[in-house]
Amino acid sequence: MASVTYQNAERLYPGSTKPAVDNLNLEIQDGEFMVLVGPSGCGKSTSLRMLAGLEEVTNGKILIGDRDITHLPPKDRDIAMVFQNYALYPHMTVADNMAFSLKMAKVGKEERMQRVAEAAKLLDLEDYLERKPKALSGGQRQRVAMGRAIVRHPQVFCMDEPLSNLDAKLRVSTRTQIAALQQRLGITTVYVTHDQVEAMTMGDRVAVMKDGILQQVDTPLNLYDRPANLFVAGFIGSPAMNLVQAKAGEGAARIGEYEVPVDRTASSKMRGAITVGVRPEAWRITTKEEGGMPVKVTVVEELGADAYVYGTSGVEGTPSDIVVRIDARKNLHKGEMIYVTTDPNHVHVFDTESGERLSE
Amino acid sequence: MSANTEGGRKRSWFSILTMTFLCLLWTVPTLGLLVSSFRPRIDIERNGWWTALFNFFDTTWTTSNYSNVLTQKDMAGSFVNSIVVAVPATILPIMFAAFAAYAFTFMSFRGKDVLFVLIVALMVVPIQAAFVPLLTLLGPDGLDINGEYLAVWILHTGFGMPLAIYTIRNYMSTLPRTVIESAKIDGATHFQTFWRLIVPMSVPVLAAFAILQFLWVWNDLLIALLFLGSGDKSTVIVNLASLLGTQGQGAELLTAGAFISMLVPLLVFFGLQRYFVRGLTAGAVKG
Repeated sequence: MASVTYQNAERLYPGSTKPAVDNLNLEIQDGEFMVLVGPSGCGKSTSLRMLAGLEEVTNGKILIGDRDITHLPPKDRDIAMVFQNYALYPHMTVADNMAFSLKMAKVGKEERMQRVAEAAKLLDLEDYLERKPKALSGGQRQRVAMGRAIVRHPQVFCMDEPLSNLDAKLRVSTRTQIAALQQRLGITTVYVTHDQVEAMTMGDRVAVMKDGILQQVDTPLNLYDRPANLFVAGFIGSPAMNLVQAKAGEGAARIGEYEVPVDRTASSKMRGAITVGVRPEAWRITTKEEGGMPVKVTVVEELGADAYVYGTSGVEGTPSDIVVRIDARKNLHKGEMIYVTTDPNHVHVFDTESGERLSE
Repeated sequence: MSANTEGGRKRSWFSILTMTFLCLLWTVPTLGLLVSSFRPRIDIERNGWWTALFNFFDTTWTTSNYSNVLTQKDMAGSFVNSIVVAVPATILPIMFAAFAAYAFTFMSFRGKDVLFVLIVALMVVPIQAAFVPLLTLLGPDGLDINGEYLAVWILHTGFGMPLAIYTIRNYMSTLPRTVIESAKIDGATHFQTFWRLIVPMSVPVLAAFAILQFLWVWNDLLIALLFLGSGDKSTVIVNLASLLGTQGQGAELLTAGAFISMLVPLLVFFGLQRYFVRGLTAGAVKG
């Protein structure tokens, strides 16, 4: 059993009044792949480094299993970390790099070799064991960094943006490899990234952070379907959700003359200024007569399978940018006017001021 | 006015000529010394060393200065003394300074910045100003180690350390920080991190400072003369200085002796030079 629990964990840097990580409460199940995601400076890396023991916890507790590790030195926490820039030991061979922690833990030579060999096999590094890091490619170095973590058989993996230094193609393939590897080893993993696609594709659950505060924790799909607030709604999903200022009306949100249908929970809770969120794929193209919202097309991005239409809503007062996913074969051109509408269950309603979700 | 190019830039004849000229100019004193060391004393006094060079075949050349300096005075003994002084006086400050630099770079403790500024400020103190109090401290009224090698080792270590700490710390602060953090997670103690990671990655700066310190200690006259004296523990430089009589007699021996004493620093230099390698940390982090 190696769950990870943050209990009101806080990190306040000396000389600062606002904590970098503020009262973080997060429970990570045994064997779970938890992704911390958020824009830079949101405290996700700091949270991870607090778990790893590289950053002091100024308040609250962190538990691994039921051990309180808040003030233990990193080596006693039974964790392994993969750094963004790999942090390999440049003067040591790949094998020595991987065996270093075992050597420090006074593991016998034979077992050391065996564990290194195992990890090397797992990561396809067997031919490179005698090389120095500088003779390796970026992807290989990344795998050595992974190997260094694996040989320790830790209770928890800490990964700090391990893919961000790889090129786009390698990043995608390594993404799957890491997820598969984690599943196979069944080791609880905390993974930090700023890339929401990475978060969505890799995580069993995803924790979204902003300004040191945890916004929402849920499975990728739930985050996508039911974002808890405006920030999560805008952050998760690519292209981002359309967020349009509106006014609360009777059973519908008003964007100018266009009335967006909303669900019952939202319509009972919404007052005054609200923000309506609709995913690009939730729009339907309709006609003027049916009362759609007018959108003037500015750009059409054809992706083959489908296309994204970028346009401006022609509503007086608040001309906002609208993204609509359409069938790629629908011939639309710049300058054309289209009318879009959607269904109540696809409309997310948020309070503009507090950012809280109002719809179901 | 340009020849071939290098690195995309035109090589200018002007800079090549200037460089050559400056190099030659800087070599002139050494050349004079070399020429003089092969001339008999009487000739040295009669005319300048350049006349010998211009009348190369009409000049009497001799190697007797060299043989005299080696036999007349206990040069071999002083050589040993010099080495006994210089080797520990090079290794000790570098080792301590490397420890200190590690602490200043990778550890956090109270008063770290103040302490560092203080140490750097020590570089400004002229060593001559410190001699009198030190003579008392190390003399019979104090520790009573004056005239022992230990005294000189301590002094060179002390005087060499501020600059050493400063230089080595500056180098260490360029080492990738995550590598140290990684070692921390891997369970390495500070001591292990220092010896297994930091020292191997700091070899260039350690070698550079070793050369600097060795040359300084080897060529030092003041400390060696004051704290070791000119007796049986005298170093090469002290010994050479004593060759020169008050009326300038023995000057020809001095020239030969100077060349002999240059041999060891040269060997040290060429021996350590191969450690000046760039890119020691290549591959550690994604650059």
